[in-house]
Amino acid sequence: MAIVTHDADEYVAPAAIPEMELYHPKTWLGRYVFSQDAKVIAIQYACTAIAIGLVALVMSLLIRVQLGWPGAFDFIDPSAYIQLVTMHGMIMVVYLLTALFLGGFGNYLIPLMVGARDMVFPYLNMLSFWVYFIAVLVLVASFFVPGGSSGAGWTLYPPQAILPGTPGSDGGIILMLVSLALFIVGFTMGGLNYVVTVLQARTRGMTLMRMPLTIWGIFMATVLALLAFPALFVSAIMMLLDKIIGTSFFMPAIISMGEQLDYSGGSPILFQHLFWFFGHPEVYIVALPAFGIVSDLLSIHARKNIFGYRMMVWAIIIIGALSFIVWAHHMYVSGMNPYFGFFFATTTLIIAVPTAIKVYNWVLTLWRGNIRLNVPMLFAIGFIFTFVNGGLTGLFLGNVTIDLPLSDTMFVVAHFHMVMAVSPVLVVFGAIYHWYPKMTGRMLDDTLGKFHFWVTFLGTYAIYYPMHYLGFLGVPRRYYALEGTNFIPESAASLNEFISIAAIVVGAVQLVFIYNLFISYYRGKEAGDNPWEATTLEWQTADTPPQHGNFGEQLPLVYRWAYDYGVPGATQDYIPQNVPPSKASSGVDNAE
Amino acid sequence: MTTTLIFMAVLMIVVAWWLLRQTAGTEPWQESAMGAITGGHGGRSFIQVDRKLGLFVFLAVATSLFSLFISAYMMRMELGDWRPLKDPSLLWWNTGALVLSSVAMQWARNNNKHEQLSRLRYAVLLAGVFAVAFMFGQWQAWKQLNALGLFAYTNPAYAFFYLMTGLHALHLMGGLVVWCLAAVKLLRGVELSKVNLSIELCAVYWHFLLLIWIILFGLLLST
Amino acid sequence: MIFAIALILLVIGSVAFHFFSPWYLTPLASDWSTIDDTINITFWITGAVFVAVNLFMAWCVVKFRYKKNTRSHYQPENKKLELWLTGLTALGVAAMLAPGLYVWADFVNPPEDADILEVVGKQWQWSYRFPGDDGVLGTVDTRHTTAANPLGINPNDPNGQDDIIVATGDLHIPIDRPVKMLLRSQDVLHDFAVAEFRVKMDLVPGIVTYLWLTPTVLGTYDVLCEELCGIGHYKMRSQVVVDTQKGYSAWLKTHPTYAQTVAGTGPASNIGLSLVEKGRRLSQSSGCVACHSIDGSAGVGPTWLGLYGKTETLADGSTVVVDEAYLKESIVSPNVSIVQGYAPIMPPGNFTDEEIEALIAYTKEGVGSGS
Ligand code: HEM
Ligand SMILES: [Cu+2]
Ligand SMILES: [Cu+2]
Repeated sequence: MAIVTHDADEYVAPAAIPEMELYHPKTWLGRYVFSQDAKVIAIQYACTAIAIGLVALVMSLLIRVQLGWPGAFDFIDPSAYIQLVTMHGMIMVVYLLTALFLGGFGNYLIPLMVGARDMVFPYLNMLSFWVYFIAVLVLVASFFVPGGSSGAGWTLYPPQAILPGTPGSDGGIILMLVSLALFIVGFTMGGLNYVVTVLQARTRGMTLMRMPLTIWGIFMATVLALLAFPALFVSAIMMLLDKIIGTSFFMPAIISMGEQLDYSGGSPILFQHLFWFFGHPEVYIVALPAFGIVSDLLSIHARKNIFGYRMMVWAIIIIGALSFIVWAHHMYVSGMNPYFGFFFATTTLIIAVPTAIKVYNWVLTLWRGNIRLNVPMLFAIGFIFTFVNGGLTGLFLGNVTIDLPLSDTMFVVAHFHMVMAVSPVLVVFGAIYHWYPKMTGRMLDDTLGKFHFWVTFLGTYAIYYPMHYLGFLGVPRRYYALEGTNFIPESAASLNEFISIAAIVVGAVQLVFIYNLFISYYRGKEAGDNPWEATTLEWQTADTPPQHGNFGEQLPLVYRWAYDYGVPGATQDYIPQNVPPSKASSGVDNAE
Repeated sequence: MTTTLIFMAVLMIVVAWWLLRQTAGTEPWQESAMGAITGGHGGRSFIQVDRKLGLFVFLAVATSLFSLFISAYMMRMELGDWRPLKDPSLLWWNTGALVLSSVAMQWARNNNKHEQLSRLRYAVLLAGVFAVAFMFGQWQAWKQLNALGLFAYTNPAYAFFYLMTGLHALHLMGGLVVWCLAAVKLLRGVELSKVNLSIELCAVYWHFLLLIWIILFGLLLST
Repeated sequence: MIFAIALILLVIGSVAFHFFSPWYLTPLASDWSTIDDTINITFWITGAVFVAVNLFMAWCVVKFRYKKNTRSHYQPENKKLELWLTGLTALGVAAMLAPGLYVWADFVNPPEDADILEVVGKQWQWSYRFPGDDGVLGTVDTRHTTAANPLGINPNDPNGQDDIIVATGDLHIPIDRPVKMLLRSQDVLHDFAVAEFRVKMDLVPGIVTYLWLTPTVLGTYDVLCEELCGIGHYKMRSQVVVDTQKGYSAWLKTHPTYAQTVAGTGPASNIGLSLVEKGRRLSQSSGCVACHSIDGSAGVGPTWLGLYGKTETLADGSTVVVDEAYLKESIVSPNVSIVQGYAPIMPPGNFTDEEIEALIAYTKEGVGSGS
C-alpha cells in the first residue's frame, strides 16, 4: 500500500519526443471514406458490423418463429430454415462479433488507451476495413445467387456443404468461402496493426503491466486470431478446390442421391480438425476482448482497482495459449479416434481454472468497492451472471462423457449463446454506453439505457436458460420441425413458444437502443471530458471527441497503472494515469 | 496437427518467456515502478516504429498457414489412397535459383552504403531476376506434370503439390511487388535511406520464403 | 437494491426450474446410468458455484453500493485468497473430470461378446444390417451400391451372403444383451442418436465408427439424426424397438438375407402383393418418404397427399395437372419440371416399369386424396 510521497525530480518532464508525421487527408473522401484515422475506421467497422448483425438478428427471430409456431410462415421451408441458421451463426460469430471487437473497439481504443497518435500502419488499417467491407458484400451477394446462400451450418462441414442435398451447395458455398478468405486477409492487415501498435507505439511510461486489461484482452485476442484464422483459410481453400476442380481433400467415395461421385479417399474429419483449430480459438477471440473490457468497466464503476491485476493478465495469456489445444472437444462424437477424448477433455477442463480465476477476480473487484450502478455497470454485472452460467454449462459439454447425450442438442445451442452470444453482446452494449460519451461528447439516455438493459438481460436469460432443458430432453439442434417425435412431450412446444416470445421481445428492444444512439447524438446530455471519472488515457484527451492525432500538442506521460481508484491519501478517489506523483496527493485535479 | 502444435508451442513459449521478462516481479500499483518511465521501454514515438516487427508478425502468420498445410498434408497422407509424388527434377534447379536469389538479397543488404551503390543496384536486380526465374521454373514444373496427365484431382499428393507451390509462389509474388517498388526507386536514384528499409525487409522475407520452400521441398521429396 | 433482488430471484428461479420443470432427461433405457451419474455430479458442483458466486455478487451490490464520502478498500491483490480459490477450483474440476474419463473409458471399449449390427445412413433414411448366422458382416464398397443392393454389399464375399438386411423400417434389438453398432454413411455426415440410450455417434462416409450399449427397458424409441445432413435432416427418423429375445428372433426372420434379395426370394419379397402395397414398400425402401410426406405436412419435396389430379405450379410459372405421365416423368427424370418453391435435388429413380407402375398406383390410391 504505497503512500504517495515523491520528490519532484522523480518524474520526467515532458521530454522532447520526436513528433510523428500524421497523414492529413485533404479531401472529404480521404477524411470520411478512405480515412486512415483509426477512430474513423473504428466507426466504419462498427457500423458495418452492426448493420450486418441486425440482419442476422432478424434471421434469428425468423428461426425462432419457425421453432415456436412451426409452419407459421410459408417462406420458411426446410431449406430456407437451415440457410437462416447457417447465415445467422456465421454472421454473428465472424462478421459481427470478431469485426466489432477487434476492428471496432480495437481500432478505437488501442491508440487512445496506450497513448499513441494513431495505429502504426494507417494505410494498411484503411485497406483492412475495405477488404472487410468487400467480404461482407460478397457474403450478402450469396443470398442472391441461384440456389441461395449456404445451408451447411456455420461449421460448413463437408461433404454436405458441397453436395446437392444441402441448399446453396453451388454459388452459396463458394461465395461464403471466398468471403471468409477475404475476411481473413482483411483481418490480418488490421491485426498486424493492433499487435505492432501495442508493442511499439505506447507512450512513455506505459509499460506492459500498466496497460488497462481492455488492451490486454484485445491484444491477446488479436494474437490468437492471427494464428488461428489461417486454419480457416486453409480449410476454405481446400474445400473450394474440392468443390471446383474436384480434388479429394475432404471427400471420400460417396453415393449422392443415387449417383457415384468422382471423389475418393478424402477425410471429412480432417476438415473438422482444421475448422475447430480455428473455431475454438475463435470463441476466445470473441471472449478475451469482452473479458478485458468488462474488467475495466467493473473497476471504473466500482471505484476500485481491479482485483489481482497480474493474475488477470496471466489468465488471459494462459487461456489464449491453452485455447490451441482443446479444439477437438467439438468433435467428441464426430467419429475421430475416440481415445483423443481423454486428452481433450482434460485440457478443456483445465482451461476452466484460469477462467474461473477471472470470474472470482471480477466479483472480488465488487467486494469492498464503492459501486455506482451506472448503465455500463449494469451490463458488466449482467455479463458476470450470464458468463458464470454459460461457463459452468461448458463443464458439461467439455467433459467428454456428458457430451454423448448433449452434443448437437439444444443444450449446445443454449450453452454457446450464453457464453459467446449473450455475454459478449452484453459487454458490447456496456462498452457502447461507456465510451459513447467519448466518441460523441454526449451521454446516452439513462432511462432508455436502463430499460434496454433490463429487457435484454432478463429476456436473454429467459430465452437460453430453459433451452438447456430442451437439450437434456434430447431436442436436437438445426431441426426444422419436431413432428412425430415421441419422447418429446407436448409441453415442449409451449416452452418453445415461450422462448420465441422472449426472443421477439429482446429483438424488438434493440430498436430502443438504436433509437437511443441516434437521439442522444443530438439531444444527449453534454458529457465533458471524463464523465465516469476514469483513470485511463482516453479520458484525458484534450478534446472530446478526440481530434485526429488524439492527444493535442503533447503525448501524455504515464506515471501509474490504470487502476488507481480509492488510493489512500490521494486527493480524489481516482488518479489518472498521467498524473505525476507529486500532484496526485496535493490537490491538483487535472492532468497537465 | 503435430507440426502446427509444435510451432504453436514454440511460439507460445517465446511469447510467455518474453512477457515474463517484462512483467515478472513488477507490482504495477507500486509507484516505484515509475522508473520504467526513463529506462526499459523507451516510449518510442510513432515515427520510430520498427517496421521489421510488422514483418515478423506477418511471418508468424505465414508460418502458421504453412504449418497448417503441412499438418493437413501429413494427415491426408495417412489415408489409404495416398500415392507418392513423382517430383519433377526441375525442382532442383528451381531450388537453386531461389537460393541464389536469397544470396543476392543478402548481398544487397550488406552493401547498403552510398559508395556501394552500383553493387547494390546490381545485387537487387540479380535477386529479382533469380526470383522470377524460380517462379518461371515452378510454372514449368506445373506444365510438366500437366503434360503427364497428373492433375490436382488425380491424386491428393498432386493436389497438395499444386496447392502448396501455388501458395508459396503467391507469397513470393507479394514480395516481388515490394522488390519492384524498391528497384524502381533505386534506378531513379532516390536517396538510399528511403530504400534501405525495403531492401532489408525484402531480404528477411526472401530468407523466410527460402526456408519455407526448403521445408516444403523436403516434404515432397521424402514422401 | 433492485439489482440485487433481481439476481437473487434469478438464482432461486433457476434452481427451482431445475427441480420442478417437467423437462429433463428422458427415462433411461440402457445401462448407461453412469452417464447420468456424471451429469448429476457435475450438476451439484456447478450448481453450488453458480449459487455461491451469484449470491455473493448480489450481496456485494447491496453492501458496497455507492456512498458519497467513502472510498473503496484499496487492495491490489491478495495472494493467499487467490491461491485458495485456485486450489479449490482445481479440486472441483478434478472431481468432475475423473468420473467423466472413467465412463468414457467404458464407452470406447465395447465388451468382446457384444452383438454386432451395422447402421447405414444415407440422405435421409436409415438402414440396418445384421451379420447373419456366421456372425461376420460381409465387406462393402460404394461401387457395389445399386437399387437392388442398396447397402453396397460385396457380392463376392461369402461372409456377406447371409447378412440380414433391414432396408427400411424399425430396428429391433434384444434386451439385456450388449450390442455394438457399427456406423457407416454412404453420402454425408449423419449421427445415430436415441435419447433414451444416452449415447450417440456420427456416421462418417469413408470410415466406420461405433457405439455400444446394453438396452435395459422394453419399448420403442425414436432414432434421430443429429448431425446436419441437408434439407431432409429433420426427417431422418427411424425407431428402435427393444424386444425380448424371442420377439427379436421372430422379427429378424421376417427380413431377407443378402443372397435372398439378390435371388428375389425371402420373407419380404413382393410376390403376391397388391400393386398399391408394392408401391408403398418401394416408396419406403427407396427413401421417397424421407422427403415426401403422405399426411400433407411440409417436407423437402411436395406432399403426396392429394397429389394426383391436383394442379401444380412449376418453377417457370407454368401449371400442370398431375396425371400418370407427369408422375412418371417426375420419378424418372425429376429435375425436368420442378414445382415452384422446391430445389432440384431429387435423385432420378432407377426403376423397372413395373415398379414405376406400383409407385404411381400407390400415390394415386394408397395415399389418399386429401381434404
Ligand atoms: C437475439 C439474439 C439471438 C437469438 C434469438 C438467436 C437464436 C438462435 C437460434 C434459434 C439458433 C438455431 C439453433 C438451431 O436450431 O440449431 C441459433 C443458432 C446460432 N446462433 Fe444465435 N441467436 C441470437 C444471437 C446470436 C449471437 C449474438 C451469436 C454470436 C455468437 C449467435 C450465434 C449462433 C450460432 C453460431 C448458431 C449456430 C448456427 C448453426 O447451427 O450453424 N447467435 N441462434
Ligand atoms: Cu471450443
Ligand atoms: Cu441428419
